[in-house]
Amino acid sequence: MNEVFRYLLMIVVMLFTLTTIAAWLIWLERRMLALWQDRYGPNRAGPFGLLIVAADTIKLFFKEDWIPPFAEKTIFVIAPAIVAAAVLLSFVVVPFAPGILVADLNIGLLFFLAMSSLGVYSIVLGGWASNNKYSLLGALRGASQMISYEVFMGLSLMGVVMLSGSFRLTDIVMAQKDHWFVVTQPVGFILFLIAGIAETHRLPFDIPEAESELVAGFHSEYSGMKFGMFFIGEYLGITLVSAMVVTIFFGGWLGPFLPPLVWFALKTFVFIVLFILLRASLPRPRYDQLMEYGWKIILPVALLNLLITGAFALLKG
Amino acid sequence: MDIAFYITAAVTVIATILVITRHNPVHALLYLNVSLLSHAMLFYLLGAPFAALLEIIIYAGAIMVLFIFVIMLLNLGKETEEQERKWLKMKVWIGPSLLAAILFAEFLVLVLWSESAAFGPKTVNPREVALSLFGVYMIGVELAAMLLMAAVVGAAHIGRHKRLVLHRFLKEEKEEHEEAVI
Repeated sequence: MNEVFRYLLMIVVMLFTLTTIAAWLIWLERRMLALWQDRYGPNRAGPFGLLIVAADTIKLFFKEDWIPPFAEKTIFVIAPAIVAAAVLLSFVVVPFAPGILVADLNIGLLFFLAMSSLGVYSIVLGGWASNNKYSLLGALRGASQMISYEVFMGLSLMGVVMLSGSFRLTDIVMAQKDHWFVVTQPVGFILFLIAGIAETHRLPFDIPEAESELVAGFHSEYSGMKFGMFFIGEYLGITLVSAMVVTIFFGGWLGPFLPPLVWFALKTFVFIVLFILLRASLPRPRYDQLMEYGWKIILPVALLNLLITGAFALLKG
Repeated sequence: MDIAFYITAAVTVIATILVITRHNPVHALLYLNVSLLSHAMLFYLLGAPFAALLEIIIYAGAIMVLFIFVIMLLNLGKETEEQERKWLKMKVWIGPSLLAAILFAEFLVLVLWSESAAFGPKTVNPREVALSLFGVYMIGVELAAMLLMAAVVGAAHIGRHKRLVLHRFLKEEKEEHEEAVI
Protein backbone atom coordinates (compact mmCIF):
# COMPACT_ATOMS: atom_id res chain seq x y z
CA MET A 1 0.00 0.00 0.00
CA ASN A 2 2.84 2.32 0.97
CA GLU A 3 4.55 1.58 -2.35
CA VAL A 4 1.42 2.39 -4.33
CA PHE A 5 0.99 5.63 -2.40
CA ARG A 6 4.61 6.59 -3.12
CA TYR A 7 4.08 6.08 -6.86
CA LEU A 8 0.85 8.04 -6.85
CA LEU A 9 2.53 10.90 -5.02
CA MET A 10 5.41 10.85 -7.51
CA ILE A 11 3.00 10.95 -10.45
CA VAL A 12 1.07 13.90 -9.00
CA VAL A 13 4.26 15.84 -8.16
CA MET A 14 5.69 15.11 -11.60
CA LEU A 15 2.52 16.23 -13.40
CA PHE A 16 2.43 19.44 -11.40
CA THR A 17 6.13 20.18 -11.92
CA LEU A 18 6.09 19.43 -15.62
CA THR A 19 3.08 21.56 -16.43
CA THR A 20 4.51 24.40 -14.35
CA ILE A 21 7.84 24.13 -16.17
CA ALA A 22 6.10 24.05 -19.54
CA ALA A 23 4.13 27.19 -18.68
CA TRP A 24 7.22 28.93 -17.33
CA LEU A 25 9.12 28.07 -20.52
CA ILE A 26 6.79 30.41 -22.40
CA TRP A 27 8.13 33.28 -20.31
CA LEU A 28 11.71 32.01 -20.64
CA GLU A 29 11.43 31.75 -24.41
CA ARG A 30 10.02 35.25 -24.80
CA ARG A 31 12.66 36.78 -22.53
CA MET A 32 15.53 34.91 -24.20
CA LEU A 33 14.35 35.75 -27.72
CA ALA A 34 14.09 39.37 -26.63
CA LEU A 35 17.61 39.25 -25.21
CA TRP A 36 19.04 37.93 -28.46
CA GLN A 37 17.07 40.44 -30.51
CA ASP A 38 18.22 43.36 -28.35
CA ARG A 39 14.92 44.26 -26.70
CA TYR A 40 13.27 43.72 -23.31
CA GLY A 41 10.48 41.22 -23.85
CA PRO A 42 7.64 40.86 -21.31
CA ASN A 43 8.86 42.73 -18.19
CA ARG A 44 5.74 44.36 -16.72
CA ALA A 45 3.72 41.77 -14.79
CA GLY A 46 5.46 40.80 -11.56
CA PRO A 47 9.22 40.52 -10.99
CA PHE A 48 11.06 40.20 -14.34
CA GLY A 49 7.67 39.82 -16.01
CA LEU A 50 7.28 36.34 -14.53
CA LEU A 51 3.54 36.76 -14.02
CA ILE A 52 2.99 37.07 -17.76
CA VAL A 53 2.43 33.29 -17.65
CA ALA A 54 -0.46 33.68 -15.21
CA ALA A 55 -1.91 36.52 -17.27
CA ASP A 56 -1.66 34.43 -20.45
CA THR A 57 -3.31 31.43 -18.84
CA ILE A 58 -6.18 33.51 -17.46
CA LYS A 59 -6.66 35.07 -20.88
CA LEU A 60 -6.77 31.63 -22.55
CA PHE A 61 -9.28 30.33 -20.01
CA PHE A 62 -11.61 33.28 -20.47
CA LYS A 63 -11.58 33.20 -24.26
CA GLU A 64 -14.62 31.85 -26.04
CA ASP A 65 -14.19 28.12 -26.58
CA TRP A 66 -15.21 28.23 -30.20
CA ILE A 67 -15.69 25.16 -32.37
CA PRO A 68 -16.26 26.17 -35.99
CA PRO A 69 -19.59 24.87 -37.36
CA PHE A 70 -17.88 23.23 -40.34
CA ALA A 71 -15.47 21.23 -38.16
CA GLU A 72 -15.74 17.56 -37.26
CA LYS A 73 -16.68 18.08 -33.65
CA THR A 74 -15.49 15.00 -31.71
CA ILE A 75 -12.12 14.69 -33.42
CA PHE A 76 -11.62 18.45 -33.20
CA VAL A 77 -11.93 18.19 -29.41
CA ILE A 78 -9.84 15.02 -29.02
CA ALA A 79 -6.85 16.20 -31.10
CA PRO A 80 -5.28 18.71 -28.69
CA ALA A 81 -5.57 16.26 -25.80
CA ILE A 82 -3.57 13.61 -27.66
CA VAL A 83 -0.36 15.63 -27.89
CA ALA A 84 -0.30 16.54 -24.21
CA ALA A 85 -1.19 12.99 -23.17
CA ALA A 86 1.44 11.37 -25.39
CA VAL A 87 4.23 13.65 -24.18
CA LEU A 88 3.25 13.32 -20.52
CA LEU A 89 3.16 9.52 -20.90
CA SER A 90 6.73 9.57 -22.22
CA PHE A 91 7.88 11.18 -18.98
CA VAL A 92 6.90 7.95 -17.22
CA VAL A 93 10.21 6.36 -18.24
CA VAL A 94 12.54 9.37 -17.83
CA PRO A 95 14.91 8.73 -14.90
CA PHE A 96 15.30 12.14 -13.19
CA ALA A 97 17.54 10.76 -10.45
CA PRO A 98 18.07 7.38 -8.79
CA GLY A 99 14.70 6.42 -7.33
CA ILE A 100 12.88 9.39 -8.87
CA LEU A 101 11.10 7.82 -11.80
CA VAL A 102 7.67 6.33 -12.26
CA ALA A 103 8.38 3.12 -14.19
CA ASP A 104 11.78 1.54 -14.81
CA LEU A 105 10.69 -0.46 -17.87
CA ASN A 106 13.23 -2.78 -19.47
CA ILE A 107 12.09 -1.35 -22.81
CA GLY A 108 12.03 2.28 -21.68
CA LEU A 109 13.69 3.66 -24.79
CA LEU A 110 11.17 1.94 -27.06
CA PHE A 111 8.34 3.25 -24.90
CA PHE A 112 9.61 6.79 -25.47
CA LEU A 113 9.78 6.19 -29.24
CA ALA A 114 6.27 4.69 -29.26
CA MET A 115 4.73 7.60 -27.39
CA SER A 116 6.48 10.20 -29.53
CA SER A 117 5.18 8.43 -32.63
CA LEU A 118 1.63 8.66 -31.27
CA GLY A 119 2.03 12.43 -30.91
CA VAL A 120 1.67 12.79 -34.68
CA TYR A 121 -2.03 12.05 -34.42
CA SER A 122 -2.82 15.34 -32.75
CA ILE A 123 -1.43 17.25 -35.73
CA VAL A 124 -3.01 15.01 -38.33
CA LEU A 125 -6.42 14.82 -36.70
CA GLY A 126 -6.47 18.46 -35.63
CA GLY A 127 -5.65 19.55 -39.17
CA TRP A 128 -8.18 17.24 -40.76
CA ALA A 129 -11.03 17.92 -38.34
CA SER A 130 -10.69 21.71 -38.80
CA ASN A 131 -11.95 21.27 -42.35
CA ASN A 132 -9.81 24.15 -43.55
CA LYS A 133 -7.36 23.94 -46.40
CA TYR A 134 -4.50 25.62 -44.52
CA SER A 135 -5.00 23.28 -41.58
CA LEU A 136 -5.07 20.29 -43.90
CA LEU A 137 -1.86 21.39 -45.60
CA GLY A 138 -0.23 21.79 -42.19
CA ALA A 139 -1.46 18.34 -41.17
CA LEU A 140 -0.10 16.73 -44.33
CA ARG A 141 3.28 18.33 -43.86
CA GLY A 142 3.31 17.42 -40.18
CA ALA A 143 2.49 13.78 -40.87
CA SER A 144 5.17 13.30 -43.51
CA GLN A 145 7.78 15.23 -41.55
CA MET A 146 7.22 13.36 -38.33
CA ILE A 147 7.09 9.93 -39.94
CA SER A 148 10.36 10.56 -41.78
CA TYR A 149 12.20 11.97 -38.80
CA GLU A 150 10.99 9.21 -36.50
CA VAL A 151 12.97 6.73 -38.58
CA PHE A 152 16.24 8.54 -37.87
CA MET A 153 15.29 9.12 -34.28
CA GLY A 154 15.08 5.38 -33.72
CA LEU A 155 18.19 4.61 -35.76
CA SER A 156 20.32 7.27 -34.07
CA LEU A 157 19.58 5.75 -30.66
CA MET A 158 20.42 2.18 -31.62
CA GLY A 159 24.18 2.87 -31.39
CA VAL A 160 23.75 3.76 -27.72
CA VAL A 161 21.65 0.64 -27.18
CA MET A 162 24.44 -1.44 -28.74
CA LEU A 163 27.08 0.10 -26.46
CA SER A 164 25.07 -0.13 -23.26
CA GLY A 165 23.39 -3.43 -24.13
CA SER A 166 19.99 -2.42 -22.81
CA PHE A 167 16.80 -0.52 -23.59
CA ARG A 168 16.39 0.35 -19.92
CA LEU A 169 17.12 4.04 -19.39
CA THR A 170 18.70 3.63 -15.95
CA ASP A 171 21.11 1.06 -17.43
CA ILE A 172 21.98 3.52 -20.20
CA VAL A 173 22.73 6.20 -17.60
CA MET A 174 24.81 3.82 -15.48
CA ALA A 175 26.78 2.72 -18.59
CA GLN A 176 28.01 6.35 -18.83
CA LYS A 177 29.92 6.22 -15.55
CA ASP A 178 33.34 6.44 -17.28
CA HIS A 179 32.47 8.68 -20.18
CA TRP A 180 29.30 10.15 -21.62
CA PHE A 181 27.92 8.59 -24.78
CA VAL A 182 28.30 11.89 -26.60
CA VAL A 183 32.04 11.06 -26.69
CA THR A 184 31.61 7.66 -28.31
CA GLN A 185 28.43 8.48 -30.27
CA PRO A 186 28.83 12.08 -31.48
CA VAL A 187 27.04 11.38 -34.77
CA GLY A 188 24.20 9.67 -32.96
CA PHE A 189 23.84 12.69 -30.68
CA ILE A 190 23.66 15.20 -33.54
CA LEU A 191 21.15 13.07 -35.46
CA PHE A 192 19.00 12.59 -32.37
CA LEU A 193 19.01 16.31 -31.66
CA ILE A 194 17.92 17.09 -35.24
CA ALA A 195 15.24 14.41 -35.14
CA GLY A 196 14.12 15.70 -31.74
CA ILE A 197 13.68 19.22 -33.05
CA ALA A 198 11.68 17.86 -35.98
CA GLU A 199 9.57 15.68 -33.65
CA THR A 200 8.60 18.65 -31.52
CA HIS A 201 8.14 20.68 -34.73
CA ARG A 202 10.08 23.62 -33.42
CA LEU A 203 11.83 26.15 -35.60
CA PRO A 204 13.69 25.58 -37.92
CA PHE A 205 11.46 22.53 -38.49
CA ASP A 206 8.09 24.12 -37.71
CA ILE A 207 6.81 23.29 -41.19
CA PRO A 208 3.36 22.12 -39.98
CA GLU A 209 2.74 25.56 -38.46
CA ALA A 210 4.71 27.80 -40.84
CA GLU A 211 2.79 30.92 -39.84
CA SER A 212 4.19 32.93 -42.73
CA GLU A 213 2.61 30.60 -45.31
CA LEU A 214 -0.22 28.66 -43.63
CA VAL A 215 -1.86 31.13 -41.20
CA ALA A 216 -1.08 28.90 -38.21
CA GLY A 217 -0.94 25.51 -39.92
CA PHE A 218 -2.77 22.66 -38.25
CA HIS A 219 -4.13 24.77 -35.38
CA SER A 220 -5.48 27.70 -37.42
CA GLU A 221 -9.05 27.03 -36.26
CA TYR A 222 -8.24 26.46 -32.60
CA SER A 223 -8.77 29.03 -29.91
CA GLY A 224 -8.96 29.29 -26.14
CA MET A 225 -7.67 26.44 -24.03
CA LYS A 226 -7.68 23.96 -26.93
CA PHE A 227 -5.00 26.07 -28.56
CA GLY A 228 -3.40 26.26 -25.12
CA MET A 229 -3.12 22.47 -25.07
CA PHE A 230 -1.20 22.47 -28.36
CA PHE A 231 1.00 25.18 -26.93
CA ILE A 232 1.67 23.36 -23.65
CA GLY A 233 2.23 20.15 -25.60
CA GLU A 234 4.93 21.85 -27.63
CA TYR A 235 6.78 23.12 -24.55
CA LEU A 236 6.40 19.76 -22.80
CA GLY A 237 7.89 18.23 -25.95
CA ILE A 238 10.91 20.52 -25.73
CA THR A 239 11.41 19.54 -22.09
CA LEU A 240 11.03 15.86 -22.98
CA VAL A 241 13.53 15.90 -25.85
CA SER A 242 16.04 17.86 -23.74
CA ALA A 243 15.61 15.39 -20.89
CA MET A 244 16.08 12.46 -23.26
CA VAL A 245 19.22 13.97 -24.82
CA VAL A 246 20.63 14.43 -21.33
CA THR A 247 19.69 10.90 -20.25
CA ILE A 248 21.00 9.15 -23.32
CA PHE A 249 24.05 11.18 -24.33
CA PHE A 250 25.06 13.38 -21.39
CA GLY A 251 25.09 11.00 -18.46
CA GLY A 252 21.66 11.80 -17.02
CA TRP A 253 21.92 12.54 -13.31
CA LEU A 254 25.64 11.64 -13.12
CA GLY A 255 28.00 14.42 -12.04
CA PRO A 256 30.29 15.41 -9.20
CA PHE A 257 29.52 17.47 -6.02
CA LEU A 258 25.92 18.49 -6.68
CA PRO A 259 22.96 16.16 -5.94
CA PRO A 260 21.78 14.06 -8.94
CA LEU A 261 18.49 15.87 -9.46
CA VAL A 262 20.24 19.24 -9.68
CA TRP A 263 22.65 17.89 -12.30
CA PHE A 264 19.77 16.55 -14.34
CA ALA A 265 17.87 19.83 -14.16
CA LEU A 266 20.96 21.88 -15.06
CA LYS A 267 21.84 19.77 -18.09
CA THR A 268 18.22 19.77 -19.28
CA PHE A 269 18.03 23.54 -18.88
CA VAL A 270 21.09 23.99 -21.12
CA PHE A 271 19.38 22.04 -23.92
CA ILE A 272 16.10 23.90 -23.49
CA VAL A 273 17.98 27.17 -23.95
CA LEU A 274 19.69 25.68 -27.01
CA PHE A 275 16.23 24.98 -28.47
CA ILE A 276 15.27 28.62 -27.94
CA LEU A 277 18.55 29.86 -29.42
CA LEU A 278 17.88 27.75 -32.52
CA ARG A 279 14.52 29.47 -32.91
CA ALA A 280 16.18 32.86 -32.62
CA SER A 281 18.90 32.16 -35.16
CA LEU A 282 17.81 29.76 -37.90
CA PRO A 283 15.42 30.35 -40.81
CA ARG A 284 12.83 27.76 -41.84
CA PRO A 285 13.73 25.51 -44.80
CA ARG A 286 11.32 24.81 -47.63
CA TYR A 287 9.18 21.71 -47.22
CA ASP A 288 10.79 19.67 -50.02
CA GLN A 289 14.25 20.68 -48.82
CA LEU A 290 13.37 19.31 -45.41
CA MET A 291 12.26 15.95 -46.78
CA GLU A 292 15.25 15.65 -49.11
CA TYR A 293 17.62 16.55 -46.31
CA GLY A 294 16.05 13.87 -44.15
CA TRP A 295 15.99 10.98 -46.58
CA LYS A 296 19.09 11.69 -48.65
CA ILE A 297 21.54 12.90 -45.98
CA ILE A 298 20.43 11.92 -42.49
CA LEU A 299 19.24 8.39 -43.25
CA PRO A 300 22.52 7.22 -44.88
CA VAL A 301 24.56 8.89 -42.12
CA ALA A 302 22.45 7.19 -39.45
CA LEU A 303 22.88 3.79 -41.12
CA LEU A 304 26.64 4.32 -41.47
CA ASN A 305 26.87 5.30 -37.81
CA LEU A 306 25.05 2.11 -36.90
CA LEU A 307 27.34 -0.01 -39.09
CA ILE A 308 30.54 1.48 -37.64
CA THR A 309 29.28 1.23 -34.06
CA GLY A 310 28.34 -2.40 -34.70
CA ALA A 311 31.80 -3.15 -36.09
CA PHE A 312 33.49 -1.58 -33.05
CA ALA A 313 31.21 -3.39 -30.63
CA LEU A 314 32.04 -6.66 -32.40
CA LEU A 315 35.79 -5.98 -32.32
CA LYS A 316 35.72 -5.19 -28.62
CA GLY A 317 33.78 -8.39 -28.08
CA MET B 1 -3.82 -9.46 -14.12
CA ASP B 2 -6.69 -11.64 -15.36
CA ILE B 3 -9.21 -8.86 -15.06
CA ALA B 4 -6.95 -6.45 -16.96
CA PHE B 5 -6.64 -9.01 -19.75
CA TYR B 6 -10.40 -9.47 -20.08
CA ILE B 7 -11.10 -5.73 -20.07
CA THR B 8 -8.48 -5.16 -22.77
CA ALA B 9 -9.82 -8.07 -24.80
CA ALA B 10 -13.33 -6.64 -24.62
CA VAL B 11 -12.07 -3.23 -25.75
CA THR B 12 -10.24 -4.88 -28.64
CA VAL B 13 -13.33 -6.75 -29.82
CA ILE B 14 -15.64 -3.74 -29.55
CA ALA B 15 -13.18 -1.42 -31.27
CA THR B 16 -12.64 -3.90 -34.09
CA ILE B 17 -16.39 -4.28 -34.64
CA LEU B 18 -16.74 -0.51 -34.73
CA VAL B 19 -14.00 -0.36 -37.39
CA ILE B 20 -16.18 -2.41 -39.72
CA THR B 21 -19.45 -0.65 -39.02
CA ARG B 22 -18.38 3.02 -39.25
CA HIS B 23 -19.37 4.80 -42.44
CA ASN B 24 -16.90 7.64 -42.03
CA PRO B 25 -13.49 6.22 -43.04
CA VAL B 26 -11.51 8.45 -40.68
CA HIS B 27 -13.63 7.34 -37.72
CA ALA B 28 -13.14 3.72 -38.77
CA LEU B 29 -9.38 4.21 -38.90
CA LEU B 30 -9.39 5.79 -35.45
CA TYR B 31 -11.19 2.77 -34.05
CA LEU B 32 -8.65 0.57 -35.83
CA ASN B 33 -6.03 2.54 -33.97
CA VAL B 34 -7.71 1.84 -30.65
CA SER B 35 -7.84 -1.81 -31.65
CA LEU B 36 -4.10 -1.82 -32.41
CA LEU B 37 -3.26 -0.12 -29.12
CA SER B 38 -5.29 -2.66 -27.18
CA HIS B 39 -3.56 -5.44 -29.13
CA ALA B 40 -0.28 -3.99 -27.91
CA MET B 41 -1.69 -4.04 -24.39
CA LEU B 42 -2.64 -7.70 -24.82
CA PHE B 43 0.88 -8.55 -25.97
CA TYR B 44 2.24 -6.75 -22.93
CA LEU B 45 -0.04 -8.64 -20.57
CA LEU B 46 0.92 -11.95 -22.17
CA GLY B 47 4.58 -11.27 -21.43
CA ALA B 48 5.91 -9.83 -24.69
CA PRO B 49 6.71 -6.15 -24.00
CA PHE B 50 9.04 -5.87 -26.99
CA ALA B 51 6.38 -7.03 -29.44
CA ALA B 52 3.86 -4.74 -27.75
CA LEU B 53 5.93 -1.61 -28.26
CA LEU B 54 6.87 -2.55 -31.82
CA GLU B 55 3.15 -2.90 -32.51
CA ILE B 56 2.63 0.68 -31.32
CA ILE B 57 5.69 2.15 -33.06
CA ILE B 58 5.16 0.45 -36.42
CA TYR B 59 1.42 -0.13 -36.77
CA ALA B 60 -0.17 2.61 -34.71
CA GLY B 61 2.62 5.17 -35.13
CA ALA B 62 3.63 4.77 -38.75
CA ILE B 63 1.35 2.63 -40.90
CA MET B 64 -1.93 4.01 -39.57
CA VAL B 65 -0.67 7.57 -39.92
CA LEU B 66 -0.02 6.86 -43.60
CA PHE B 67 -3.51 5.36 -43.95
CA ILE B 68 -5.11 8.45 -42.42
CA PHE B 69 -2.84 10.61 -44.58
CA VAL B 70 -4.17 9.01 -47.76
CA ILE B 71 -7.81 9.07 -46.59
CA MET B 72 -7.46 12.76 -45.77
CA LEU B 73 -6.23 13.46 -49.28
CA LEU B 74 -9.10 11.53 -50.88
CA ASN B 75 -11.58 13.95 -49.29
CA LEU B 76 -14.40 11.41 -49.13
CA GLY B 77 -17.82 12.94 -48.68
CA LYS B 78 -21.52 12.13 -48.72
CA GLU B 79 -21.42 10.62 -52.22
CA THR B 80 -18.95 7.89 -51.34
CA GLU B 81 -20.99 7.09 -48.26
CA GLU B 82 -24.08 6.64 -50.46
CA GLN B 83 -22.10 4.48 -52.84
CA GLU B 84 -20.89 2.29 -50.01
CA ARG B 85 -24.46 1.91 -48.72
CA LYS B 86 -25.49 0.76 -52.17
CA TRP B 87 -22.74 -1.84 -52.29
CA LEU B 88 -23.43 -3.21 -48.84
CA LYS B 89 -26.82 -4.90 -49.28
CA MET B 90 -28.01 -7.50 -46.81
CA LYS B 91 -27.24 -10.27 -49.31
CA VAL B 92 -23.54 -9.46 -49.22
CA TRP B 93 -23.35 -10.34 -45.55
CA ILE B 94 -24.48 -13.99 -45.93
CA GLY B 95 -21.17 -15.49 -47.10
CA PRO B 96 -18.85 -13.75 -44.64
CA SER B 97 -21.11 -14.30 -41.65
CA LEU B 98 -21.40 -18.02 -42.48
CA LEU B 99 -17.61 -18.37 -42.58
CA ALA B 100 -17.23 -16.27 -39.43
CA ALA B 101 -19.84 -18.44 -37.69
CA ILE B 102 -17.83 -21.58 -38.50
CA LEU B 103 -14.69 -19.98 -37.05
CA PHE B 104 -16.59 -18.84 -33.97
CA ALA B 105 -17.99 -22.32 -33.40
CA GLU B 106 -14.50 -23.77 -33.66
CA PHE B 107 -13.23 -21.16 -31.26
CA LEU B 108 -15.96 -22.00 -28.75
CA VAL B 109 -15.17 -25.70 -28.96
CA LEU B 110 -11.49 -25.02 -28.40
CA VAL B 111 -12.11 -22.70 -25.48
CA LEU B 112 -14.66 -24.88 -23.74
CA TRP B 113 -13.23 -28.36 -24.21
CA SER B 114 -9.49 -28.01 -24.28
CA GLU B 115 -6.86 -27.48 -21.62
CA SER B 116 -6.50 -23.75 -21.13
CA ALA B 117 -2.89 -22.64 -21.20
CA ALA B 118 -1.96 -20.41 -18.32
CA PHE B 119 -1.25 -17.06 -19.93
CA GLY B 120 1.89 -15.08 -19.34
CA PRO B 121 4.08 -18.04 -18.43
CA LYS B 122 7.15 -15.80 -18.51
CA THR B 123 8.23 -12.45 -19.82
CA VAL B 124 10.23 -12.51 -23.04
CA ASN B 125 12.87 -9.79 -22.88
CA PRO B 126 14.28 -8.01 -25.96
CA ARG B 127 17.52 -10.04 -25.84
CA GLU B 128 15.63 -13.32 -26.27
CA VAL B 129 13.59 -11.87 -29.14
CA ALA B 130 16.80 -10.80 -30.90
CA LEU B 131 18.47 -14.17 -30.33
CA SER B 132 15.57 -16.10 -31.82
CA LEU B 133 15.13 -13.64 -34.72
CA PHE B 134 18.78 -13.77 -35.74
CA GLY B 135 19.24 -17.41 -34.76
CA VAL B 136 16.38 -19.81 -35.45
CA TYR B 137 14.36 -17.52 -37.73
CA MET B 138 17.31 -16.05 -39.65
CA ILE B 139 15.97 -17.22 -43.02
CA GLY B 140 12.61 -15.53 -42.39
CA VAL B 141 14.30 -12.24 -41.51
CA GLU B 142 16.44 -12.36 -44.63
CA LEU B 143 13.49 -13.16 -46.88
CA ALA B 144 11.51 -10.28 -45.36
CA ALA B 145 14.51 -7.99 -45.91
CA MET B 146 14.65 -8.95 -49.61
CA LEU B 147 10.92 -8.38 -50.00
CA LEU B 148 11.18 -4.95 -48.38
CA MET B 149 14.17 -4.06 -50.56
CA ALA B 150 12.15 -4.94 -53.66
CA ALA B 151 9.29 -2.77 -52.40
CA VAL B 152 11.65 0.16 -51.77
CA VAL B 153 13.20 -0.11 -55.23
CA GLY B 154 9.73 -0.31 -56.78
CA ALA B 155 8.51 2.72 -54.86
CA ALA B 156 11.61 4.69 -55.85
CA HIS B 157 11.00 3.80 -59.50
CA ILE B 158 7.33 4.82 -59.43
CA GLY B 159 8.07 7.98 -57.48
CA ARG B 160 10.81 9.14 -59.80
CA HIS B 161 9.68 12.03 -61.96
CA LYS B 162 11.21 13.40 -65.09
CA ARG B 163 12.91 16.75 -64.83
CA LEU B 164 10.36 19.35 -65.87
CA VAL B 165 11.29 22.34 -67.97
CA LEU B 166 9.82 25.00 -65.73
CA HIS B 167 10.04 28.05 -67.95
CA ARG B 168 6.98 28.26 -70.16
CA PHE B 169 8.77 29.73 -73.22
CA LEU B 170 11.40 27.03 -73.08
CA LYS B 171 8.67 24.41 -72.81
CA GLU B 172 6.84 25.68 -75.86
CA GLU B 173 10.03 25.78 -77.82
CA LYS B 174 10.79 22.24 -76.85
CA GLU B 175 7.33 21.04 -77.91
CA GLU B 176 7.64 22.78 -81.26
CA HIS B 177 10.97 21.19 -81.73
CA GLU B 178 9.49 17.80 -80.99
CA GLU B 179 6.70 18.37 -83.45
CA ALA B 180 9.22 19.34 -86.06
CA VAL B 181 11.06 16.11 -85.47
CA ILE B 182 7.87 14.12 -85.83
